[in-house]
Amino acid sequence: MIAFLKRRSSFLAPVLLLAIAFGTYVGIAIATGQTQHLTAENLIGLLGRSIALGITAVGQTFVILIASIDLSVANLISVSAVLASHLMAGDPGSIFPAVLAVLLVGVVVGAVNGLVVTRLEVNPLIATLGMALILQGILSALFTNFAGEVPKEFQSFAYGEIFGVSTSLLFLIALTIAAWGFLRFTRAGSNIYSVGGNADAAKLAGIRTTRVVIMAHVLCSVCAVVAGLYLASRLGSGAPWIGRDGVYDLESIAVVVIGGTALSGGRGGVWGTLMGVMIFSLIDSIFNLAGVDAFAKQILRGVIIIGAVALYAARSRRIEA
Amino acid sequence: MSKVKPLFEMRGITKAFPGILALDDVSFDCRAGEVHALVGENGAGKSTLMKVLSGVYQADAGEIFLQGEKVAFLHPLESLKQGVSVIYQEFSLLPDRSVAENIFLGREPMRGLFLDKQSMREMTQTVLKMFGDKHNFSAETLVGTLDVAQQQMVEIAKALSLEAQVIVMDEPTAALNDSECELLFNLIDDLRKQGRSIVYITHRIREIKRLADRVTVIKDGKIAARFDHVPETDQIVEAMVGRTLGQFYPELAAPDEIGETVLRIEDCSNARLHNISLDLKAGVITGFAGVQGAGRAALAMAVFGADPFVSGAVTLEGKPLNLTSPRQAAQAGIVMLPGDRKAQGLSLMQSVFDNAFISARAFSTPLGNPFRTNHADRNDIQKLLDQLDTRAASYDVEIKSLSGGNQQKAIVARWLALKPKVLIFVEPTRGIDVNTKSAIYRQMRKLAQQGAAIMMISSDLPEVLGVSDRIMVMSDGRIVAEFPNGVSEADVMRAATHSADEQIVQGVA
Amino acid sequence: MRWMGKINPVFLVLILLLLAVAFLSPYFLQPAGYMNFLKRAAPIAILAVGQLYVINSGGFDLSAGALVTLTVIGSSILLNGDPSATWWVICVMLVIGAMVGVANAFVVSYLKVPSIIATLGMMITLSGIALTWSGGAPRGYLPENFRFFGRYLIKDVPLIQLLPVAVIVMIIVCGALWWLMHRTNYGKQLVAMGDNPQSARLAGVPLVRTRTIAFVVSSLSAVIAGILLGGFAGVSTDVGVGLELQAITAAVIGGAQLLGGRGTVGAAVAGALVLQTVFTLLNIFGFPKPIRDVVQGLILISAVALASFRRRNSGG
Repeated sequence: MIAFLKRRSSFLAPVLLLAIAFGTYVGIAIATGQTQHLTAENLIGLLGRSIALGITAVGQTFVILIASIDLSVANLISVSAVLASHLMAGDPGSIFPAVLAVLLVGVVVGAVNGLVVTRLEVNPLIATLGMALILQGILSALFTNFAGEVPKEFQSFAYGEIFGVSTSLLFLIALTIAAWGFLRFTRAGSNIYSVGGNADAAKLAGIRTTRVVIMAHVLCSVCAVVAGLYLASRLGSGAPWIGRDGVYDLESIAVVVIGGTALSGGRGGVWGTLMGVMIFSLIDSIFNLAGVDAFAKQILRGVIIIGAVALYAARSRRIEA
Repeated sequence: MSKVKPLFEMRGITKAFPGILALDDVSFDCRAGEVHALVGENGAGKSTLMKVLSGVYQADAGEIFLQGEKVAFLHPLESLKQGVSVIYQEFSLLPDRSVAENIFLGREPMRGLFLDKQSMREMTQTVLKMFGDKHNFSAETLVGTLDVAQQQMVEIAKALSLEAQVIVMDEPTAALNDSECELLFNLIDDLRKQGRSIVYITHRIREIKRLADRVTVIKDGKIAARFDHVPETDQIVEAMVGRTLGQFYPELAAPDEIGETVLRIEDCSNARLHNISLDLKAGVITGFAGVQGAGRAALAMAVFGADPFVSGAVTLEGKPLNLTSPRQAAQAGIVMLPGDRKAQGLSLMQSVFDNAFISARAFSTPLGNPFRTNHADRNDIQKLLDQLDTRAASYDVEIKSLSGGNQQKAIVARWLALKPKVLIFVEPTRGIDVNTKSAIYRQMRKLAQQGAAIMMISSDLPEVLGVSDRIMVMSDGRIVAEFPNGVSEADVMRAATHSADEQIVQGVA
Repeated sequence: MRWMGKINPVFLVLILLLLAVAFLSPYFLQPAGYMNFLKRAAPIAILAVGQLYVINSGGFDLSAGALVTLTVIGSSILLNGDPSATWWVICVMLVIGAMVGVANAFVVSYLKVPSIIATLGMMITLSGIALTWSGGAPRGYLPENFRFFGRYLIKDVPLIQLLPVAVIVMIIVCGALWWLMHRTNYGKQLVAMGDNPQSARLAGVPLVRTRTIAFVVSSLSAVIAGILLGGFAGVSTDVGVGLELQAITAAVIGGAQLLGGRGTVGAAVAGALVLQTVFTLLNIFGFPKPIRDVVQGLILISAVALASFRRRNSGG
């Protein structure tokens, strides 16, 4: 029983925060007489607004679990969105090859990140910051504005509905379940926890830690490109600034940490991350209800991110400074 | 018994580290179905020998045979696969994973693509059954929630599930209480009956008598004695200590060298220390003995303000003093030489000078010249380092290129620049070779003669007894006894463990 | 050959690159050419040295770029073209900078937030403040006497003919920070702390004070860089974007060790000049501007990889 509680205790903080955020949301909605926002549909829609963040954060969870970090996701999202809409160019027949190409880019970027971190022993912050610069540079050199357009069919990823629930939301939930199952029921997933928890012990037990780190980075990058595909589908086209504008790098890290995954690795999981995403969308909605101005929202965001990380006093061996 | 061929045998193992010959032509073996006790002081080379066996280190010379075949392990994984399992004092467990996940780390049973959690659980329970009903945890328990004794069991369970034929235990009882020890001993008896070879590293005589079939004593990297039976206590102690103490340790304080009380601690406590009262006099070296976890290190950290007392009174030269940080303590004249030099004492990338200067700089005008501080200039530090006989190509080289003893001297110089009144030496000779040890003791005595009060905390009991003018014994965060120099090891041990029947030779201290 | 090992390779790289630029573009050999080059390099050099203080202390300061933007935007709004306000506005900006540094150090020291997260959060917060303050678009303008530091050229100087004020500012700031880092008790404690904070604490070094000063130096250098950039680039909301990464790259090119303990001011300045020279070369070859980012990313990763390679081989 104690073991059960201990295993779940990393959920305690995010659940609490979620409850507080939800309470505040309801409170403000009632206080400002905007009770129309309290319908079930609207509440489900809350998460729907953070699909891209959610997909990215699920990926970020993998790298943080192995005590690494990925600051290149925002720029990779832009690359993916632009590349996809450019390749599709409105032609439904190009959807499949475009998606394939974009996924391949994700695999390559993740593998390079992982190799630089493991083989060249570059601090993961720097490795992925460098990657971010490279991706952004290439993208901006080739595209300066919205590029191409995605066909109507592809927009159903963002706007479609299955049984009245949006496809993208179902996708995010399916992705989370898949990630959870992967982490919990496969050896590769188990290795991710082991390497993050104690790399020396894992090495001693014969786990190829290098491969595990590379795999986690690949998974993270693939999630980021999928988030880019989603954004392209939603916006109808990709632009080279959409990833950076969404601050997906920092926000994905923040929601992972708020979700109870330790920056030092080895502890946490994707359900917590999903809760972190919900907390963030609630905060966003609270700002909207309360009529906080867009720029002030950004200030508060920075403060909230610092506060959230401070709350967990999360300290990582590699990242501590 | 002696006709049985050994399960493993190490012949003529030699291993050197920079500045120290850790193992010098050591041979060791263990047969199936026996417990072979490996005994020696801290730093004698026991753990190094076992790390060579398991492949963590590679020997510079010598051979290893496992079941008659020559082997050379390059990685601990290779020795594990061949049935050699070493349980170190520092466990290699993942605190956030379950017992079963830890036991099957890296070799989880699979069913198709997925982990076979069911059989992992069952196999774990089978292994845990060997502990009887005393283990109090299940396959699902998170290792982080277990106490040290239970974690030890998980490590042993791991070895059992690997069907290890050779199990090495490195001071497994260091953190166990009596009933937990008894449980472990019964377990070891079972393992012996099953025909496994157990290498049992310890320095507790009681455990040797209870468990061992054979005993090997190792000292300063060499075999000091071998016994095909369990010998008398005196024989073991003689083999372990066996040096000419007279030359090795400096003279004690002469009566006229003993000065006034410098530091007085009255009824001080914190979370780990209880009602500590203590007088430190100028010219006197006060040594602290006690088992691991008795509170000696905590006392050093408290007196130095790093982990301060929360109640009680401290006076320095008659004036009340509130110690809340190392900086304050050092400013008042109380300084500490940390036990873990690498982690706590040195800025490894900086020069010898920079390391020796750091404290003088910390207490000088921030914008002042770093080689002409308020406390010492370049000449002063140079002179101090010279006087301490610090051996370095130049004092401008990075300190990491120096040997442990010379690094220690730079730390001593750092504090001497501040002319401290109280010096706390924590493990002053850890990882330092025998010849340099003596020089460090002499230096401590010289500082005492110059009027400093000295606290010495060491895990090396003979060292504490040899150097100190008075010996304080700690247990459970309290000072439980005080002895003058000349007390026997047995008396100190008795006081340290509260029990007359348990004789500890060396874990004490 | 031993003396070769002692020289920081960044200086050799810098000389080679400068030769290449001079060879490709004769304009560069004229006073107007190289002085213009130095003028453009000045803000990066100042930022790199400020960043070096935080790097040597064992951290990162990612808020520097946003602080540059805030300085430019804030000054233009506060001044609104009034030259008589220049001096107190500069003072206000320096005070704001100091406050930002103290806040960063507080979050890192007491809230135990890793500096990378703390300063990233500060970066978002500062950009938010800059946007709120300006309402999203730059307002006001900078009077001549404010822009003096960034763009004025002193003419008819003997030997060199031209001397931009920005270069004088760079020399003074970098000189002072060189002195503070390498010739004072404070600087030596800073480096020792970055090398091993635990041992520094036990040796009596006041960690919080030492770290706070490092963050304040970094923030003040960002404000100064902002004043220079406002002078020659004018007012815009993205003037500081990415500068923190350029500063880190410059420091790393100069051999500064991430997470503390090693790095010199001279080499960081040389690193900044290397970076500026590379940008100049890219210009000469006619690459589009975004390629700078690509090259910078590659340099950043290679410099760190090279450093850890050298460390592995030297057995430390």
